Amino acid sequence: MSKDEKNTISSKSLVDSSRLVDESGWRIRLVSMVTRWEFILLILLVMEVLIFSNLTPHFLNTFNLLNTTFTFSEKAILALPMIFIILSGDIDISVAGIMALSSFAMGYASTQGVGTTGLVFVGLGVGVLAGLFNGLLVTGLDMPAIAVTLASMTLFRGISQAVLEDQAYTKYPEGFGYFGQGYIGDSIVPFELILFLVLAVIMGFVLHKTTYGRKLYAIGNSSSASKFSGIAVNRIRLFNFILNGLFSGIAAVLLTSRIGSTRPNIATGFELEVITLVVLGGVSITGGKGNIFGVVLAIFLLGYLKFGMGLLNISGKVMIITTGALLIIAVLIPALMDTLKARNKLKNQKNSEVILQI
Amino acid sequence: MRKILILLLVLMITATFSFAAGQKEADQDSPLKIVLLVKSLGNGFFEAVADGGKEAAAELGNVESIYMGPSASTAEGQIEIIETLIAQQVDGIAISANDRDALIPVTRKAMKAGIKVISFDSGINVGGRIVDLVPSVEELIGRQQVQLIAELTDYKGQIGIVSSTSQATNQNAWIKWMYEEIKDPKYKDMELVEVAYGDDASDKSYREAVGLMQKYPGLAGIISPTTIGILASAKAIEDEGMEGKVQLTGLGLPSEMQHYIENGTSGQMALWNPIDLGYTSTFILEALITGKVAGNEGDKIDAGRMGTIEIGKDGKAVMGTPFVFNKDNIAKFAVMF
Amino acid sequence: MREFFKKRETTLLILIAVMLLLIVSQAPSFVSPENILRIINDTSILIMVSIGQFMVILTGGIDLSVASIIGFSGMAASMMNQYFPEMPIVFILFAGVGIGTVLGLFNGILIAYGKVPPIITTLGTMSIFRGFTFVLSKGQWVTAHEMTESYMHIPHGTFLGVSSLIWVGVVVSLVMYYFMKYVKTGREIYAIGGNKVAALFVGVKENKINIIVYSLVGMLSGLAGVMWTARYAAAVNETAIGFELFTVAACVLGGVNIAGGSGGVAGVILGALFLGILTNALPVVHLSPFYQLGLQGVVILGAMIVNSVSEKRNEKKLLNRRLQ
Repeated sequence: MSKDEKNTISSKSLVDSSRLVDESGWRIRLVSMVTRWEFILLILLVMEVLIFSNLTPHFLNTFNLLNTTFTFSEKAILALPMIFIILSGDIDISVAGIMALSSFAMGYASTQGVGTTGLVFVGLGVGVLAGLFNGLLVTGLDMPAIAVTLASMTLFRGISQAVLEDQAYTKYPEGFGYFGQGYIGDSIVPFELILFLVLAVIMGFVLHKTTYGRKLYAIGNSSSASKFSGIAVNRIRLFNFILNGLFSGIAAVLLTSRIGSTRPNIATGFELEVITLVVLGGVSITGGKGNIFGVVLAIFLLGYLKFGMGLLNISGKVMIITTGALLIIAVLIPALMDTLKARNKLKNQKNSEVILQI
Repeated sequence: MRKILILLLVLMITATFSFAAGQKEADQDSPLKIVLLVKSLGNGFFEAVADGGKEAAAELGNVESIYMGPSASTAEGQIEIIETLIAQQVDGIAISANDRDALIPVTRKAMKAGIKVISFDSGINVGGRIVDLVPSVEELIGRQQVQLIAELTDYKGQIGIVSSTSQATNQNAWIKWMYEEIKDPKYKDMELVEVAYGDDASDKSYREAVGLMQKYPGLAGIISPTTIGILASAKAIEDEGMEGKVQLTGLGLPSEMQHYIENGTSGQMALWNPIDLGYTSTFILEALITGKVAGNEGDKIDAGRMGTIEIGKDGKAVMGTPFVFNKDNIAKFAVMF
Repeated sequence: MREFFKKRETTLLILIAVMLLLIVSQAPSFVSPENILRIINDTSILIMVSIGQFMVILTGGIDLSVASIIGFSGMAASMMNQYFPEMPIVFILFAGVGIGTVLGLFNGILIAYGKVPPIITTLGTMSIFRGFTFVLSKGQWVTAHEMTESYMHIPHGTFLGVSSLIWVGVVVSLVMYYFMKYVKTGREIYAIGGNKVAALFVGVKENKINIIVYSLVGMLSGLAGVMWTARYAAAVNETAIGFELFTVAACVLGGVNIAGGSGGVAGVILGALFLGILTNALPVVHLSPFYQLGLQGVVILGAMIVNSVSEKRNEKKLLNRRLQ
């Protein structure tokens, strides 16, 4: 077979597989459900719970399962606006830098005698400003988001280091500790967890039920097409960055409150963990694909994976290998399944062709 | 589709929690779980600490020694581990802290849950632990570093410091005492010119050491109180051909610094024994868990081959004076740690 | 060609000159010949790996695992030297390079045949390779007295008064420059990143290109790993942590379009030198060490802004000329 022949055949099969076929059959529906990303994540989560509860008696324990959310609530909250950013084809790796700056500002304000409510406003305000700074550079000067935030993450952390030097802020008002350490009423449900769930519901609503959310998908799929169809692309991207700043501010309030102190190296390395969560949740890194449900599942999947391995005293080096492998496998499986699906479709297509010919 | 997913999730959560309600844990006869939580994995110093913990556990008999650490040296990473240790109800944790303040809330939580918490090597502030086992008094370590470099430079010249990160609390405390020590009249011809931060990365530490030698052409010595820092500084001095002109001392692991001590790039350096640190920490925790002592000022703890350790003011317990390594004794210690 | 040079590299050259002037006003000896050599020596590793990163970015991808490949191959090569001191250095050098290539190939296969997006693949392998470095070393370091003299000598040998590390950097730069400019595969890498559909139509094989590109960056990182550990006479588990961001920054500063398709080896080298000068100057100028991080951020961000603004002006000029 010559090279050209091969090419024509493969392009023919490509056309065939993309042709519309009857997709209402239960078998096809089942296949498409089973290969849904969220479904795979859910299965993994169930497996994880089953495995760990068999291996250690401490895993399936209401208090422990709730309590361990303290360790990933801030990252979970950061993941929410990151979905918006990545959906629309951008990325922000300065979130941990923003947190450092925002936490530093709160620490400074606290030494000036600002009360708890005031501190929260300072934290959120600095976050918003930092996000605005990123957003203006990205949209106003049309610079790539990864380049801008790569530099600004150094800058933001650098500012807090320049002022704080080798010192730390350790004096925070009495009530400030509630945000990162407190529980809802007398229950054993952490405030952080509830805050995350509430924010997730709000962000989920915006993403899936409003025109703003739909526009995000449009921008991610084709920025120029969206522009031509009248979407204010840059305004939406700018708003995304501000939103990301705001949420980084929230995360800064929670983390600062949880550890009761501020050092310039606070939250080091969070950015990659947050991006991992979003990507593991099924949001396409090239934009335009993904939903909030998958990301929430990914957050609990990874959070409880770390917790379970920690309970078994598995060494940190094995843990990072596992997380890395999980990330790749979780993307590899659906990709392979997609190939399977396409092949399945092709077979159906051929069957229907036969019927047509008769 | 979405409905099915949500239904499944809700079902699973309910199942989880109903299961969980019945769980209860009670086994009295199992050995005491004592955890050595270090700053980060992959550091020879802490690997040696772990060996000490195992040695003590073998001597005590009723102890299981567990070695844990985050893969990067962050307070956040240590907090994650402490939360899982609380969940599995270990008996005691000895921590070399990445941040002396940030860990306090979570260690308080651990102590409230009945876990005995002490810090060693790099301490946690009062209120976040019962005992703080310091390898040596901060003052002593800082002052000794200046004495060591002074002996090498004949009490003359400019001295630079290559530290780890600017947030490393124990390094900062020692440096503060170095500045105190050098005020002594016998150092009147010496000057501490600058503190540079190598961030515990070989390339940055190397660059900072070279930077010091360039910035101060008459530099007489470098103090580097951190393992990567002293290694990189030694290499920088060698590469710049400044052996003998720029003296080097600091805190380093004999097994890692043997080459430079033997060829004279670093005339002498100090360190305490990490094996002893892990060993003593385990003994202290065992005494606290079994209720032999409460951890008050004046309490005396029998620490096996280390003799008796007395708890001082603010829960501080001191192990001893840092040991000085030079050409004559380095080979002997290099095989140990 | 001249147009192209004007657009990107000149801006960066001017920026470098301005930065040097500012530094010299603080520390006059900074531009002495020895010191310039010292800086180039210090930047050679960054240049090598950045060129690899550049090829990946050209195809529209990114490799976040370079630092972990450096760490792993550096540790592996050092341990070989430690346990088999008799083994010829050339063999160890090739082994280090080979290990890097295999790790890169692993990335490439996942990306080409597994259809896993590059950022996810390399984000994953960044942790995996680093984790295996810990497993391999059992948490221990390899330091000077465990290495042979000849191993530590690799980057330090001199030829014509210039260190072998610089020579390696120069050779890599020249070979890669030629490869990207005159070799068919090099042009195909540009084609894939520039217009993928068009490239596929004219018969460029995307999978093949991906495999080549990720293996190459792995190979260069492997070489960098050996150089790194030999140069500092220490193989630690955290070797080069965070280095991947420096390579990306060098590319972005060098005018490489992060979305793929445009940029040149010369620009990347200048971008890396820019960073090298900056990081070497910060410890020398009389400035509080606490300002280093912030200043680094300001300078890099400033350079990026100048780059982007001047590029836009050039584009406008070009467009106007075309319209006339």
